[in-house]
Parts: sequence; structure tokens; C-alpha cells
Amino acid sequence: MVIFLTKTHQFPKGGLCSPPRERIEKKRKAALTGGGQLRIAAQHKRGKLTARERLELLLDPDSFVECDMFVEHRCSDFGMEADHNKYPGDSVVTGQGRINGRLVYVFSQDFTVFGGSLSGAHAQKVCKIMDQAMMVGAPVIGLNDSGGARIQEGVESLAGYADIFLRNVMASGVVPQISLIMGPCAGGAVYSPALTDFTFMVKDTSYLFITGPDVVKSVTNEDVTQEELGGAKTHTTVSGVAHRAFENDVDALLNLRDFFNFLPLSNKDPAPVTECHDPRDRPVPGLDTIVPFESTKAYDMLDIVHGVLDEREFFEIMPNYAKNIVVGFARMNGRTVGIVGNQPKVASGCLDINSSVKGARFVRFCDAFNIPIITFVDVPGFLPGTAQEYGGIIRHGAKLLYAFAEATIPKITVITRKAYGGAYDVMSSKHLRGDVNYAWPSAEVAVMGAKGAVQIIFRGKENQAEAEAEYVEKFANPFPAAVRGFVDDIIQPSTTRKRICRDLEVLASKKQTNPWKKHANIPL
Amino acid sequence: MAAYRSAAGFQRVLHAVKHVCFSKQRCGVIICRYSTVYDPNEKTFDKILIANRGEIACRVIKTCKKMGIKTVAVHSDVDSSAVHVKVADEAVCVGPAPTSKSYLNMDAIMNAIKQTGAQAVHPGYGFLSENKEFAKRLAAEGVTFIGPDTHAIQAMGDKIESKLIAKAAKVNTIPGFDGVVKDAKEAVKIAGEIGYPVMIKASAGGGGKGMRIAWNDEETSDMGFFLSGHISDICANGFCWCLQVLADKHGNALWLNERECSIQRRNQKVVEEAPSTFLDPDTRRAMGEQAVSLANAVKYSSAGTVEFLVDSKKNFYFLEMNTRLQVEHPITECITGLDLVQQMIRIAKGYKLQHKQSDIPINGWAVESRVYAEDPYKSFGLPSIGRLSQYQEPLDLPNVRVDSGIQEGSDISIYYDPMISKLVTYGKTREEALKKMEDALDNYVIRGVTHNIPLLREIIVHPRFVSGVISTKFLPEVYPDGFKGHMLTAGERRELLATAAALYVAVEIDGEKVEVSGEWNLASALLPITINGKHRTLQVCKHACFKLRVLSKLAASLSKHMPEKVPEDTSSILRSPMPGSVVAVSVKPGDNVAEGQEICVIEAMKMQNSMTAAKTAKVKSVHCKAGDTVGEGDLLVELE
Repeated sequence: MVIFLTKTHQFPKGGLCSPPRERIEKKRKAALTGGGQLRIAAQHKRGKLTARERLELLLDPDSFVECDMFVEHRCSDFGMEADHNKYPGDSVVTGQGRINGRLVYVFSQDFTVFGGSLSGAHAQKVCKIMDQAMMVGAPVIGLNDSGGARIQEGVESLAGYADIFLRNVMASGVVPQISLIMGPCAGGAVYSPALTDFTFMVKDTSYLFITGPDVVKSVTNEDVTQEELGGAKTHTTVSGVAHRAFENDVDALLNLRDFFNFLPLSNKDPAPVTECHDPRDRPVPGLDTIVPFESTKAYDMLDIVHGVLDEREFFEIMPNYAKNIVVGFARMNGRTVGIVGNQPKVASGCLDINSSVKGARFVRFCDAFNIPIITFVDVPGFLPGTAQEYGGIIRHGAKLLYAFAEATIPKITVITRKAYGGAYDVMSSKHLRGDVNYAWPSAEVAVMGAKGAVQIIFRGKENQAEAEAEYVEKFANPFPAAVRGFVDDIIQPSTTRKRICRDLEVLASKKQTNPWKKHANIPL
Repeated sequence: MAAYRSAAGFQRVLHAVKHVCFSKQRCGVIICRYSTVYDPNEKTFDKILIANRGEIACRVIKTCKKMGIKTVAVHSDVDSSAVHVKVADEAVCVGPAPTSKSYLNMDAIMNAIKQTGAQAVHPGYGFLSENKEFAKRLAAEGVTFIGPDTHAIQAMGDKIESKLIAKAAKVNTIPGFDGVVKDAKEAVKIAGEIGYPVMIKASAGGGGKGMRIAWNDEETSDMGFFLSGHISDICANGFCWCLQVLADKHGNALWLNERECSIQRRNQKVVEEAPSTFLDPDTRRAMGEQAVSLANAVKYSSAGTVEFLVDSKKNFYFLEMNTRLQVEHPITECITGLDLVQQMIRIAKGYKLQHKQSDIPINGWAVESRVYAEDPYKSFGLPSIGRLSQYQEPLDLPNVRVDSGIQEGSDISIYYDPMISKLVTYGKTREEALKKMEDALDNYVIRGVTHNIPLLREIIVHPRFVSGVISTKFLPEVYPDGFKGHMLTAGERRELLATAAALYVAVEIDGEKVEVSGEWNLASALLPITINGKHRTLQVCKHACFKLRVLSKLAASLSKHMPEKVPEDTSSILRSPMPGSVVAVSVKPGDNVAEGQEICVIEAMKMQNSMTAAKTAKVKSVHCKAGDTVGEGDLLVELE
């Protein structure tokens, strides 16, 4: 074979392959520094870490395997084709790695390159790892820090978003998807986090909104700051868009690692089991006295939850939104479980629109990923009033009912006090295929509270007080439900942990399927 | 151990309560094995009602059980599942939560007595224990009051009359004014004559509550609450000693040695011990004999306590006599072997004393720490409330006695005294007793309420306390700027860091190897470890003295980029430092207030707390009114 050499091929001293190798090293180095030292310094000054620092912190040391480090954007308008406007890897870092040894696919948007804006190439990189994640069955974590669409690219950028959305939807229920918002995330970009299973935010440095304060001002004439419109506080307390907020980048990433430990890798995977140091049969004496003497007095459902869990560790989801229901992840005898509980401390623990939606989405996540659900019930009913009716409490309440009913994972229910009316049915009752349903001695399963019931049954009659006492005697106890088998047993509260741990072991092999359907039609 | 404990998470925030060596010696005398015999043939009562709650009710019931006496507990509705109710044979609800409607509700208690057929009533301390009216009503119904008779209660209950009786009985009394003060002006005048500091005390106030010290004219006239008070000289650096006496109805009386009660905050006792380090046998005998002669002078029967103030020259002066079983009686029981409750019951039945003065020993040393649900970082202890989410008493340690009336799951509410327990340790020597106390405090698990164990632990290891140089001004002198928590030495800091790190992986600090080992279990509340050969007990919990974060090298180095969070400017916001009720609000919106001016008064657990302005400003808004119930951290007043 003859090789024709032309003048353009210079041979430096290194050897035959040197020119590309040099370029590779140069490009690799450029990729690692993203938008350059100045922009990195600016990022740090904002109290934010760079895309790569974040990945390093999120993943186990040296576990990150990068993909598409050399991909560049393809835009040739507005001078974008110039060499100095090309960054190897473009505005996102993608790949896979390990969290505590378990596989995860990640992408981390790089704000130092074009403000992290989404180009066609950027989207293509994200799509590639999402496709792989679904194929191998591993979760996807996205670290969002992006100014939005790459305006220079126009429709190509929009197409990129849609490609990601489609994959978010396809992956939904197949592998867990988590978004951590670590900077701006505005416009169409917000819909990717919205489609994922969990959205977390960083306090003070992250924002999520459809349109920013300037557009809001011009359209609705409202004066609102970025923070008020779409900051972490807004989304974790008012809108319910985000599931939790963390103090800063480091705190958020370390918490995300903890959170990841609860999740199975895919819908084919069982919920993970870890070594448990907390005795499975540990009595919890405090629970015997937690339900107050007066049935109108509040107590903290979290005290019960903490008491029964392994090492009192509870990763609460949406702790500051719709606080009348408590949801979150924990472990029982080392096994991941989802906890749902009415919170008597807030609005008497009633179900309203927000708490129903919060509960429903959580239950469906657990069901999709084989995580058993333990439900603690103390619910006086659905919240009455025009605000709720006009807001559609009927269809929103139905979501929670639907979620519990369709769920085929192990379902254990403990009625601690009130289980009134339709809300009793909803809260993972025996009738909705609850596997094990317990009542504490303080349980009252009834259509409504004694006072209301007596006013209806004995309308206009005297001796209401006497009738009320009779009603209390008859219904304000666990017997009516227990004699019908609607609860399996009445248990001593201090033994709750022991019972649940034992039941979970038995139910680990539970198999239940719903009838074939293209997909179900939850009342959205 | 795996590099990453998924259950614990990589970044668990560790807090460790100060911690120290386990005692190596695990044998020894079992504390308070009373030397008294419970004679089953000595008939006393069939059934006793205990007109009290909490630890003292449980304490009395314990002895009743030993004596074969049935017990009746009374309780308010919120106390219906309290420990004292569970351990009693019968229980009667006497009203709603506020003490005035339940534990002080004489009608309801009289009904309970009738209903249950109790033959005698033990009043415990506080509540109706020194209420002559109650004693009278019992007498009228033919029910025995386990305590002194009405005459003694009345005589000793009046601070002025008691002084006169004491004087007549040749008991040393304090020079100073012994009378009722009409108004602030007179108070200032008299205080000036005596010389500051002076103590002002409500004439009929019990215990330390309602006792205040004034250091100048301004403070004297400021004490609006206690205008009709009684001023007497206080030894600025005095000691407070309590002589336990026991007298029967046949004119026999004994003194059971002293209790040193000088460690106080806001005139309430925190740490007590028996005997005292400072007292020599001669002074002890002199005090004992005076105490007995006072008891005889008022024809005292039952257990009682004569309080003396002692100056640095060992001159002692009669302060008051408490005609009840005192909170800190267990330390006297420890060193004498007597069961004071049993003695009170016997005496009430009319039996003669079993002992002679020469039978009363001082065996070893006993220390008592009062464990309170309170925040020691605020004025050495502002009440806190909450639910005991975890609770474990250090009873597996030898020579430890815990008198408590609560258990895991109990509520510490705003209605009652925030005392969690009395932790008593006993040793052959003072040193041994203190060492045990250290261990016991380290092994005490209390979660869910803020408690004063950090302060107690600092007191008992403080060199000044250990050397026995104790006075009533110990706390303000040792901590002039308030209690700030334990200051870690460099060594302790390193050990703590090493332990925290060892819970994960690393064991090297600043290039130096630290050996940490132990059979730990992160699910357990206590963490016994060996660090560089020393035994320590740590507790890992959310709210404790030392906040530790275990971070990887990378996370630690990246943390430097994290923005600092700006704390809320609190100088223009006045928040309630504790849960309680608003007694008075002295400002309204638009008022100009000067720095330090009183804005409102919050009361919790019978303690009044004056809230003052942090700066000179105009009042923007007032968010509370007299009578409101407020929680800790609630906004009270905003300044501009």
C-alpha cells in the first residue's frame, strides 16, 4: 500500500498518530473546563457548583463513565459556527455512574456553556442516556441548570425538548426518574422535571416557571420576584411542583444520594433491602399513649411514623405542602416502604384537593416500583365547602381512591383513630384490597362523628345527648369493623412495628395483577 | 464496615451529648435498699389517696405497695394515662388540666376520698401539701392527713410568724426586716437600711417560686409582683442547707442530717447532695439540735425540713421550715437508709419513731440532679414542652436511683412542673457518687423535649463544684454570660470528630491516627465506644450540643462555594422564648420603647418571664394580648 503524503500532514516528533491524539487531548481538556475558568468562577460566586463538580459529588468516587464528550452543537447561524463558539460536549455532561454501588444514568446541564441552554445536540445527548437507562433498567437523574432553549437554533431546540419529553413519558413507570433543579429552569424546559417522578430544588439558587417576572408583568401587570414566582419555597409550599428543597448544592446532592438508596433500579427490580440494626420486634411503648384521650385533640402522626420505622429514619416527600397528609420513604426491617398517613395536627388530617393529589401520586409511584405501602389512618373525612367543591374535590379525591384501589403491591393499613365516611374507604381500606388492616383500640370506624350522626338519625328529637352517647358506645370503637372482618385484628399500638415487619415478610411474595388494559383511565 | 452505610446515609448529622468514661466498677451497694423494716403486722391504713401527680405520686405509691396499702391516684383529664394513674390501684379524675381545677380542687378531691373510701391522704409536695384549709377539711371528715397538723402548717407557712417562733425557740434568725412591706417606696427604704443584696419573698409563697433577689433600688421597686413581700438579708455568697427532721405525735423528734441545696437557678434547686462538704460534725449537731427544738416548739409531727442559710464563716440562720416531704428527700434516704414516706405514714397513724438520734448514720454520699424539660441555654433553664419520643433511664448502672413519673410517650405539658425526673447516685465517697452521676447523665436518653442534662453535666464536673466550693451564686458566677454549653477541649474535639468519622469510615484527623472501636449499633440511642483506649458513652440525636457533619473530602472542599445563609434580623422581632401564656402586654402599636424596656410578660409553669425590647424603636405591631396562649417562637411584638 502506498501512502500519499501531502504537505498539510505535518509529522511532529511524537510519531505517526500524533495530530489527532493532540487534538483529542485538547478537546478533552476543553470539555472538562466547560465554559472556561472565568465562567466557572462566576458559577462558584453564585454559590453554585459546576456541572462536573456536581456529578463528582453525586456519584461514587471514580465511578462516572462519560458519554458524548466530543459532541458539538450543529448551529451555523448567528456566528455560532465559529470555532470559539464550539464547546466539546456542548452544554450538558452525560453518562452513567454508581451511587453506593448501584447503577444510575445522569445528565448535568452546564450553565457555563451558553447558560446551559438546550441545543439539538444537548437534547440528543440526554436522549441517548435515557434510552440506555430504559434498556438496562436503571434510574435517570437529571441535574437541571439551564437558561432554556438555544434561541439561535430555533425549532431544533424545541424538537430537542419534545424528544426528551417523549422519553420521560416512555420511561415513566419503567425506571425511576429524578430531577434536581440547581439553577434556572424556565419555559418549556420545566416540563421535563414535571414529568419525572420526583423534583427537588436548591433553596435560593433555583427557579422553575413557565414565564419569568418580566413577561408576567407585561401580561398580567403583576409585580413578582423570581423567588416569589418560582423559587424553592413557592414550589414546595404553595404549588406542590417540587417535592423537597435543600439548603445548597452540596446538601442537595448528598441528600439525593440518601434518597436514591430507597429506590429500586427499575419496575422489574424489587425494593432494595439493607442490613437492619433496629430489632424488627422492637416494642414502641410511646405509641400506647400517643392518641389523646379526647377524640378532638390533635397529635403528631410523625411521632407514630418515626416510632415504628427503622432507626426513626423517614425521608419525607413534600413535607411542607398539603401537610394534612404525610408521605415518604422509610425502611422496615431493612426493606424500603412507602408511608402514607393522615396528619391530625393539620386541618384535623382531613382529605382535601391538595392532599388527595399528593397522596395519589405517591401511592402510584410506590405501586409502579414494587414498594409496599403502609397507611396510617386518622381521617375525619373530606374537607367540606365551596372552595373544595368548586375546585373539584370529587375528581381529585377520586385520584387517591383510584391509586389505592389499583395498587397491587403489599398494602398494610393501621387505623389509629378516626376512619370516617368515604375517606375511610379511600385510605387503603380492606375493600380496596388492603392486605392487612389493623385497628388500634382507639379506632373509630363510622360514617361520621357521633354528633353529626345523631343530628341526622334523631332530627328534631330530644335527648340528643343520650343518643350521642349511645352512638359513641356503638360506633366509636373498632368493633363494628372488626366483627365484619373489615379489619383483621385490633392490636396493641406498641406492637405495631413488630406486626408490620412480620406482615411485610409474608407479603414479600405477593402476586396480584389487574385485568389487561391498554392503560387505565385515572380521573386526571 | 462498608464504606457506605446506606441505612445511615453518607451524611447523617451527628450530635453528641457530652460523654465520659464508663465506670469500671459495676458492683457495690444497691442504692436505697432501705434499712427500715416493713413490718406487715404493724397496721397503718388500708387505703391511701395520693393528692398529687408525677414522680412524687409514684414515689408514695411505691412505699405504699411495700407496706401493703392500697392506693388511690387522682388525676386531671389530660393525665388519665399518666404513670401515677397506671401504678395506683384505683384512680379518680378530679377535673380538667389546669391545676386550680384539678389537683387544687379540694371539693373534687374530697369527693374522690369519699368515693374510694381512702382512710388517709398523702399530699406529696406542692399543690395542697401545705394548705391548712385542706388539712382542716380532711380532719372534719375523719381522714388522716399524712403530714404535720394544721397548727404547724399555719405557723411555719407564715414567714413572719415562723421567724418569731424560731427566735423564741432559740434558733438563729437572720438580721433584717421581718414584716410586710406596704409599697415599693417602703421596700426601697428598708432595703437601703439592710444593705443590698436583699431577698424579697411573698409571705405565703412556697419553695423558690416567688422569691427574688434585688441588687439595687431600681430592682426593688420593679418587683411589682411581690409588693407585699418580706425583705430579709441574704448572704450574698451563702449556702442553702436543709435539715431533715422527723417527729412523731409523742414529742419525739430526730434530725436526719443536712442536704446541701446551694446550686440553684432563679432560686430553685438544681443539684443537691448529702451530706455537705462544708459542714463539720459540731455545726451539724448544732443545726440539728436547733431544727429539732423548732420542731418541738411547734409540736411538729411527720417529716419536715428546716432551711438554713449559711455564710462563709459557718454562721447559720433559720430561713424557713417546709412542712412537707421535700423534692430532694431521696438523698437523705440514701445516706440514712430510712424510707421517709414509710415514716410519715407510720407517724400519721400515731406510731412512735423507730429510731433514736444515735441510730441515724451518714453512710456514703448521695447526689441528686433534677432533670428538667427546659432549655439550659436560656437563663439556665426556660421551660420547654413536648412529647418524650424516646426515653430511657440509666437504671442498668449500679447505685443509680431515678424517681420519675413519666415514660416514653408521656407529654410534658404547660400545665405542670417541667421536671422529668430526679436522678440520684450514691457512692462510698463524694467522688464516687459524682463519677456515677456523670455516667448516669451520659446514659440517660431523653428525646422530644429540650432538657437540662448538658447543664447538669457541666456542673458536676466543674472544678469548683468538685472541690466543694459551692454557693447559691454558683451558676451566675461560673457562667456570668449564661450557660453556653460545654466547651470542647482540643482533645475532646478530636475524639468527637474521630467518632463521627469512624461511624462511616475514616479514622485520621489532621494526619493523626485516632483509634475508635466499639460494638455500636446506629439504631440504639446509646453509643458506647472506646477511643484511644478511653471509654465513652455518646448519644447520637438530632438536637444536641455538638452538631457534626461527616463529609467526604470532596464535599468538604466544595462546601466553600456554598452561599452563606443570612439569618433573620431578630432585633425588631420579639418572639416567645418558651410556650406559655401572656400575662400582660405593656405596649401598643405606635408606642416608643427604649432598649431594655419591658414589653410583655409570659408565664409558663408558674414562672414569669419579662420580655424586653432589644433596641430603642417604635412598636410596629402587637400580636398577642393578655391571656393568650403562645408557643415557643411565636411572634409577640414587632418593632419598626
